[in-house]
Amino acid sequence: MPSVSVLLEMKDISKSFSDNKVLDRVRLSVEAGEVHALLGENGAGKSTLMKILGGIYSRDEGEILINGERADIHDVVSARDHGISIIHQELMMAQHLTIAENVFMGREIMKNGMVDLAEQERRTQEFLDKYGMGLGAGTQLRRLTIAKQQMVEIIKAVSFGAKIIVMDEPTSSLSETEVEILYDMIRTLKKEQVAIIYISHRLNELYEITDRTTIMRDGEYIGTVVTKETDRDQLIAMMVGRDLSSYYTKNDHVQDEIVLEVRDLSDGDRVKKADFDLRKGEILGVAGLVGAGRSETMECLFGITRRKGGKVIYKGREVSFKNPVEAMEAGFGLVPEDRKKEGLFLQSGVRFNTTINVIPQFMKRLVWNRSREDEIVEEKIRDMHIKVTGPEQTVGKLSGGNQQKVLIGRWLCSTRSVLILDEPTRGVDVKTKAEIYALIDKLAEQGLSIIMVSSELPELINMSDRVMVMSGGMTTGVLGREELSQERIMQLATMEVTA
Amino acid sequence: METKSKSGSVPFVRGFVESVRRNGGIIIGLLIICAILTVMSDSFLSPQNFSNIMRQITVNVILACGMTMVIILGGIDLSVGSIIAVSGCLCCGLITNVGMPSVAAIPISIAAGTMVGVFNGLVVSRTTIPPFIVTLATMNIGRGFARIYTKATTILVDDELFTFIGSGKIFGSIPIHFVYMIVVIAASALILNRTRLGRNIYAVGDNRQAASYSGIHSGKVTLTVFIIMGFFAACAGIVSSARTFSGQFNVGEGTEMDAISAVVLGGTSMSGGVGYLSGTIIGCVVIGVLNNGMNILGIDSSWQYVVKGVVVLIAVFIDYFKKMRE
Repeated sequence: MPSVSVLLEMKDISKSFSDNKVLDRVRLSVEAGEVHALLGENGAGKSTLMKILGGIYSRDEGEILINGERADIHDVVSARDHGISIIHQELMMAQHLTIAENVFMGREIMKNGMVDLAEQERRTQEFLDKYGMGLGAGTQLRRLTIAKQQMVEIIKAVSFGAKIIVMDEPTSSLSETEVEILYDMIRTLKKEQVAIIYISHRLNELYEITDRTTIMRDGEYIGTVVTKETDRDQLIAMMVGRDLSSYYTKNDHVQDEIVLEVRDLSDGDRVKKADFDLRKGEILGVAGLVGAGRSETMECLFGITRRKGGKVIYKGREVSFKNPVEAMEAGFGLVPEDRKKEGLFLQSGVRFNTTINVIPQFMKRLVWNRSREDEIVEEKIRDMHIKVTGPEQTVGKLSGGNQQKVLIGRWLCSTRSVLILDEPTRGVDVKTKAEIYALIDKLAEQGLSIIMVSSELPELINMSDRVMVMSGGMTTGVLGREELSQERIMQLATMEVTA
Repeated sequence: METKSKSGSVPFVRGFVESVRRNGGIIIGLLIICAILTVMSDSFLSPQNFSNIMRQITVNVILACGMTMVIILGGIDLSVGSIIAVSGCLCCGLITNVGMPSVAAIPISIAAGTMVGVFNGLVVSRTTIPPFIVTLATMNIGRGFARIYTKATTILVDDELFTFIGSGKIFGSIPIHFVYMIVVIAASALILNRTRLGRNIYAVGDNRQAASYSGIHSGKVTLTVFIIMGFFAACAGIVSSARTFSGQFNVGEGTEMDAISAVVLGGTSMSGGVGYLSGTIIGCVVIGVLNNGMNILGIDSSWQYVVKGVVVLIAVFIDYFKKMRE
């Protein structure tokens, strides 16, 4: 073992917003060349702690030591001067500028009063080559995939001489292969003794890439463990503070009636040949890699995109939904993958968001039956355990888990037969996940047929009656409950297909 | 029967209380302006002047009601001033030059003005061209046609109905403008708060993509709103021309900016998704009282522009700091 040194130490950090104490004497110790996971539910205080480290928030108490010396971090610039860099979940770069211009933004190299673009590109190219990115420094940023853009941001951090890089859910928008590229980059950084603080909800990733994990809960420090020596259940238990023996709720509610038959569905683009059927009360998982056409299949089925081929038989009759309205009238519901972009009206209240699909139930001929609307909203808030100050609270101010509940609640108002859930637990905390699983089970019991698209294999395996696997826009297999395993799913998901 | 009347009045009271709370800042501002004007001028606080203010703000209220919907939708309509000219001038021309009876000329002119709204709506809803550009173009086109049609002169009108529309009174002393305002405000309030269309306007303005996933046809909503805007503006054109008994090619010039100012003063977000009609109406009153008060005090019209601009700036700054604190 080479000798390691503590690079960063955050001691007894406390922070309150008005009366609300969000951090209470939290500590964090990171070594040079270490990938250190920061784990906790939404609202545990991870982001706040990192914002204090990055100089975005000021701390009320505690101190930050770098290489054993007190570091005076009071704003973003002083944090950067101490070698701290944060890669935010939403990338903050100019799409129409080149890679080099982005890397040197705000500290352009000047020559004769003009920006020396050539020199900037030359230096940027050195970094790009060093990390084997195979990109030209003069490429416009918008021509890159999200993954590549993220790597440009990391290179930008490195070019500043960053010693501590915070990555906030870096894989949330990456495909599997892109994740591998990111990991390679992280390993290179490690060799150069850069410390990486890695925030993620995905436990699998922690085992793959991190050395140690610090767990936080409700603004408090719970503990630091060596990741590989701690099993999943222990991590989850530390994170949630209770035993999660009933994490997944799954009972068999499958009835005989076949509700939906999808035969050779195609949209002429990403969906080539989707083929499955669905019984009443069944939970059909849909697995596949990013780009396999899972979400696109659901969008085509729901009438968001036009069907170009194949047929859909719903309750014995062939149907063709030309738009979401027709699908909704038939009793379908689709909870989309990206709740902020495709789902919620973030500036509006919980009431507005919950009832938007069923307006005619309480608003007709210029009469607004407000108490009827109140009933609908209050029922959903109660049944779904949505934490709100009231029905008028702005949805944008809720936590990710509560936002997801509002969105699912909306679709429960209007869905009578087939509910499609696209990544229903993405970016929500563990407790909410367990609640959503219990809800899905209950809905199946009530006779709803559920299609659950997910990238989390444990979720698919534990919740589905059957799993359809897709690759390259085609169904490559449908696995029964007894055949379900991660290996079998991955085998079908990586199958080469030719349409 | 008793319970029925009770449940009917409670939401109304609740709505009123909500809107007062929401518009607290601008209401206080309005009261301060009124207090200053009352001290500085004897004639400000009189029934006669109250009725003057009402008449002066009518056109702006009609436009601003439509503009509130357009802006909540995430759009903007710069062509409303020109729609006023199109419908107003056409109406005067049809009556005086063609000799058409006013009962026919008025609906035809309103229809013509509304067509500008239809055009705006079709282009905005079927393309991704920003409404700012589309309506900037139709603003110039409309104004140009008004000039061509009137040959850049004034068409005088002598017609009984037209005169009544412009300066009539009902029940003895209530100016007919008051009726226009009540009708337009009530119609707009009903659309925004009591219909599916209203909810859909907020939804599309907040998140167009999410709206489409919920089965909302944002194109139809957009088209409808621009048509309503065009219709309101065309009606305002008749009212404006009738007030001066004439069709002038420059009628309504700059009114689009007053309407937008009123909407912004009322706290509606220019990025769409958030906004309330009650705020807009108070915004109209603020602008109306300022105009009226400055005229009474004999303030130079050049300075009036400065004051109006500063008031809008103050309002948006207060709004900005309020949001920052949250």
